[in-house]
Amino acid sequence: MDRNQSHRQVATMKQSLFDQGYLDHEQFNQLEELQDDANPNFVEEVVTLYYRDSARLVHSIEQALEKSPIDFNKLDSYMHQFRGSSSSIGAKKVKAECSLFREYCRAGNGEGCMRTFQQVKKEYAALRKKLETFFQLARQAGPVDRARRPK
Amino acid sequence: MYQNGSTETTPFRVLVVDDDRILRKMHKMMLTRLGIEVEVAVNGKEAVDLHLAGASFHLVLMDLQMPVMDGSQATKELRGMGVTSPIVGVTAACAEKAAFLASGLTDCVSKPLTISKIANYLPAPSNHTNN
Repeated sequence: MDRNQSHRQVATMKQSLFDQGYLDHEQFNQLEELQDDANPNFVEEVVTLYYRDSARLVHSIEQALEKSPIDFNKLDSYMHQFRGSSSSIGAKKVKAECSLFREYCRAGNGEGCMRTFQQVKKEYAALRKKLETFFQLARQAGPVDRARRPK
Repeated sequence: MYQNGSTETTPFRVLVVDDDRILRKMHKMMLTRLGIEVEVAVNGKEAVDLHLAGASFHLVLMDLQMPVMDGSQATKELRGMGVTSPIVGVTAACAEKAAFLASGLTDCVSKPLTISKIANYLPAPSNHTNN
């Protein structure tokens, strides 16, 4: 596959992530704007950091949901952090599920929290798989030639 | 002389205060690309301790919800210490914006942070001259 074709494939995949609602295009584009020749893997570094840091939050939330009675303030605090990080990388579906979770938290609805958390984890895992494929494609395609970058 | 008090010999310094490692990384990158010197603090207490140790900044970007010491408390303490630099709150918690502002912030912007949201507090681009 030639280079142009590879770059087109990367662009198509990125657009589909936006179209399917996995990624917020404004936020993800902002992340990409921070990537340059001096930091060519910035986006992948940030996303890797997100999955590393949020794994601890997911574990904390799971533990907090197992306690009886549930400490909804603690749960809300964890989820606030998780939502914030998810938002910063443009993880749109994950962020939406986090918001729903917080509504159940504020209502003191443990069942709702548990149910929504399954959705949070599902979206989180689905996005991870898609981004892994995306970054693999992007690495194979190599950096975009800035002189000929389409507007 | 640049806007907001820095000079050619004094680099423009910003303190980014946020407990989220990703946001610290992103905000730091956003600013360093503009030639701005960035220091980070992981919570309000660290921000206060930096100032107590003698550090000063042309701008402080302050998250609200942080462990150990939140942004509101940190802002009150910094103002109480006599810190007059602009402190701009950066928060997703819109419902608490009014209370956050009341703690002594210069301004409060919503997450996600963009350069355009804080442009008024940053030096003019270096290819402009402000003589």
